[in-house]
Amino acid sequence: MTEEEDRLEYADQNNALRRQFDSVLTEPIPARMYMKRPAWLDYARAAVLVGVGVAVGFALPMLKPAQPNPAAFVTPLPIRAARAHLVYSPEVRHPVEVDAKEQEHLVKWLSKRLDMQLRVPVLANDGFELLGGRLLPGVDGPVAQFMYQDSTGKRLTLYVTRPHKGDELTAFRFAQEGPVSVFYWVDRDCGYALSGELDRAQLARVASSVYRQLEP
Amino acid sequence: MDYQLIVPYIPNLRRYARALVGDRDGADDLVQDTLERAVRKFHLWRPGDLRAWLFSIMHNVFVNQLKARKIAPQVEIDEATIAAPIPTVTSVDVLDLQRALQCLAPEQREVLLLVALEDMTYADVSNALGIPIGTVMSRLSRGRERLRKLMAGEVSRSGLRVVQ
Repeated sequence: MTEEEDRLEYADQNNALRRQFDSVLTEPIPARMYMKRPAWLDYARAAVLVGVGVAVGFALPMLKPAQPNPAAFVTPLPIRAARAHLVYSPEVRHPVEVDAKEQEHLVKWLSKRLDMQLRVPVLANDGFELLGGRLLPGVDGPVAQFMYQDSTGKRLTLYVTRPHKGDELTAFRFAQEGPVSVFYWVDRDCGYALSGELDRAQLARVASSVYRQLEP
Repeated sequence: MDYQLIVPYIPNLRRYARALVGDRDGADDLVQDTLERAVRKFHLWRPGDLRAWLFSIMHNVFVNQLKARKIAPQVEIDEATIAAPIPTVTSVDVLDLQRALQCLAPEQREVLLLVALEDMTYADVSNALGIPIGTVMSRLSRGRERLRKLMAGEVSRSGLRVVQ
């Protein structure tokens, strides 16, 4: 036979075979073929699931940190400062505990409570006079807040705290907490935050003046 | 394992098995054994051509069945000899296709049917049956030629040439 005849012959064979057997494709599939998981496979799967469950049960307590890290849950310094600002700066009659007239006593008292020598920056050049200060509860100890006021009655607060474990050392930074702008920095011994409802540029001028006086 | 992946191939496996084995019950037994083996071995399947994998399993099951019946040919059959069981048919002239197929050596039948029914390439067949492509081609051409002669009545099922 020639190649061409071969090819035709073979195509015929394919067609004949398909005609003969294609009907099988549409025969209903016997139910037994739908199984057909051996029962042991189900038992094995169940056993594996139980095993996994037990393992997870044992492993979970180990995965849990033995001691939740409190630092992870501490409110950041600028937010703590801004909240304190929002609480006390609107006070008309009692904005401070100790008035600026008793500044010497104020500084001595707060320095003693914070166990560090505090200094009170002078912001007269920026138009702000010291009103006084108060003691606040901090994350794990006392915090000092100094309040300043300008001629229009606008108030600034300087929040001074010992650095908490969660407060990473940082240079001069800005944060916005609602209406309150905050410039803050944390050094090895102390964290400072200057808060006020001023725009960023205005507050930056005052804050850099504070920074210069406190970090010579 | 997800048996649902395999189910769509059942009709093709059955068609092939029917042509390969000849009788319906024997063919479905082959399919059944193939499916059970596929389920047991499914973890060995690497995502790829699931059809080729299933047909290769069917091939293994088929070969085992032949061995169990001790009718596996020990040597490659050439077209002048027939090791396949001789069907009980009285007519020696023209065989119907199904019986003619059963006169082919099983390994020729496998290759021919995978190509003709499943449209497999030589490479597919080579993978499914675990034989070199050259062997695929020689088995296919011998199988085709033998089938042609059987259908044309040029050769009897007993392996003797029909005297013209």
